[in-house]
Amino acid sequence: MSHADDPQGNRRDFLYYATGSAAVVATGAAVWPLVNQMNASADVRALASIRVDVSSVDVGSQLTVLWQGKPVFIRARTDEEIEAARNTPLTDLIDTEARNDNLSAEADASDAHRALSDDGVWLVQIGICTHLGCVPIGQSGDFGGWYCPCHGSHYDTAGRIRKGPAPRNLEIPVAKFVDDTTIELG
Amino acid sequence: MSGIPHDHYEPKTRFEKWFESRLPAISLLYNTLMIPTPRNLNWMWIWGVVLVFALVLQIATGVVLAMHYTPHVDMAFASIEHIMRDVNSGHMIRYFHANGASLFFFAVYLHIFRGLYYGSYKAPREITWIVGMLIYLVMMGTAFMGYVLPWGQMSFHGTAVITGLFGAIPLVGETIQSWLLGAGAVGQPALNRFFSLHYLLPFILAGLVIVHVWAFHTTGNNNPAGVEVRRSSKEEAQKDTLPFWPYFVIKDLFALVVILVVFMAIVGFMPNYLGHADNYIQANPLATPAHIVPEWYFLPFYAILRAFTADVWAVQFAHWITFGIVDAKFFGVLAMFGAILVLALAPWLDTSSVRSGRYRPMFRWWFALLAVDFVVLMWVGAQSTEFPYDWISLIAATYWFVFFLIILPLLGVIEKPETPPATIEDDFNAHYGPEAK
Repeated sequence: MSHADDPQGNRRDFLYYATGSAAVVATGAAVWPLVNQMNASADVRALASIRVDVSSVDVGSQLTVLWQGKPVFIRARTDEEIEAARNTPLTDLIDTEARNDNLSAEADASDAHRALSDDGVWLVQIGICTHLGCVPIGQSGDFGGWYCPCHGSHYDTAGRIRKGPAPRNLEIPVAKFVDDTTIELG
Repeated sequence: MSGIPHDHYEPKTRFEKWFESRLPAISLLYNTLMIPTPRNLNWMWIWGVVLVFALVLQIATGVVLAMHYTPHVDMAFASIEHIMRDVNSGHMIRYFHANGASLFFFAVYLHIFRGLYYGSYKAPREITWIVGMLIYLVMMGTAFMGYVLPWGQMSFHGTAVITGLFGAIPLVGETIQSWLLGAGAVGQPALNRFFSLHYLLPFILAGLVIVHVWAFHTTGNNNPAGVEVRRSSKEEAQKDTLPFWPYFVIKDLFALVVILVVFMAIVGFMPNYLGHADNYIQANPLATPAHIVPEWYFLPFYAILRAFTADVWAVQFAHWITFGIVDAKFFGVLAMFGAILVLALAPWLDTSSVRSGRYRPMFRWWFALLAVDFVVLMWVGAQSTEFPYDWISLIAATYWFVFFLIILPLLGVIEKPETPPATIEDDFNAHYGPEAK
């Protein structure tokens, strides 16, 4: 019997669609683990959080640590650097968002929203240029912050993009002081 | 296999008949080797055989290199040095493999531009062209992943840059990037899977090559005159063609020998000329080399990637029209992949009824400019992004798209082509005289 004569469908139609659906689900179930195995494994995810002793970081110096395979810049800024960052009007910025994982996405890129400590000394950010992922060089570039040698992006002393091809400010990871000299990342 | 009338294999001995009725392998081999081939093919038709040689070379040297290589972040760099210093003939095998990639791309670029000039992509050879483009894409993926394996500074930071391209995709970019890398950044998971895929993809390539050959053996080869082989009778077809064996096999092997003389000189006397010294420094995630550049064969597309910065009006327009989804970085990524896409779409962008560029007076000049443009992109891709290189790369990248998207469709309408010869026989006789055989 054809479909036109029997809009209700018959047993064979039912078996056809049921078999087809089962085959699709089974194929999906078989393929998904093969795709998902490429996502971060449990041991990689387990390294999500580390503690860094910053007691040896003097004002005006920078500690670079590897966290989740990425370099993290931990800088104790000088008064001049803090002042330069705080005196920059938001209208001078290319990217006006804080890019700080500790704050809401709407937070603006004022220096207070970038620095980890209220006094503005500690600045913790992921040391990966937001253009194409090179590692910027500290205390260089036109704004005295960071300069990416790959394609010429200039960041200021708060890690905000000021000139060059990078679209965003350096990202700030989830970080907090667990005691006076220890920062926990992640 | 071919639509061109020709002699087919007939099993003669009892064994051949017995074998043929069970597995027609001898007839497949015979019909492939004896395929009627246009007798006017010039020296630009040798690159296919060079490419097959390069693929075999890469697989053969690659399989033995894998016997000594360790895909681990702490040991990969040392295992390469082990190959270079300790493994018997290891340095030579590795230099063949590293420079073999350059030979491969050198030949593929000439092969592609040959196809562009003589209109090999036009009907009925679109499938051959598309499969060829797939081969080129898989080649690039394979070469990129292979370059990661030595785990030098260029390997590491090049990977960061290239996988960062996927991170530029709006909304899903970071998810895709971390899926590709198996972590938030380049590390052990990435190295391990790139090794696996670098071993797999050449065999995919070999399969695609078979499909590529199958496709143009079905349509017959294109040729410099761009006119089809006559197919009405075997006698006519024989005036236009010669069997692949021995005529073209010997010609191709001669060309291969000449090319290998140059290749051997490079491998033997200047094996690191095409590489970067920075890749002999072990990968360090904390410091990027001052001047990061891909291998020479990626430079034209790398130049296109970097050409479209935020101050270009087209980028600003794209940013505005998409409500900010397409920024300069994503635009660059789209441009780079788009540059390959327009190349793949050439069969449908070219509207001219004449196939060979030899009989297209205007196309010839635009094509020559495209070839120069490609070389300029390759050169500028290795320069800094400062003035005047930013302008040069912008102009050169723009011309690439203008050629495919505007000039190629337009020429079919405004150009008055010359008359191609009526037959391949006429073309052959015009070059070599009717007494030549």
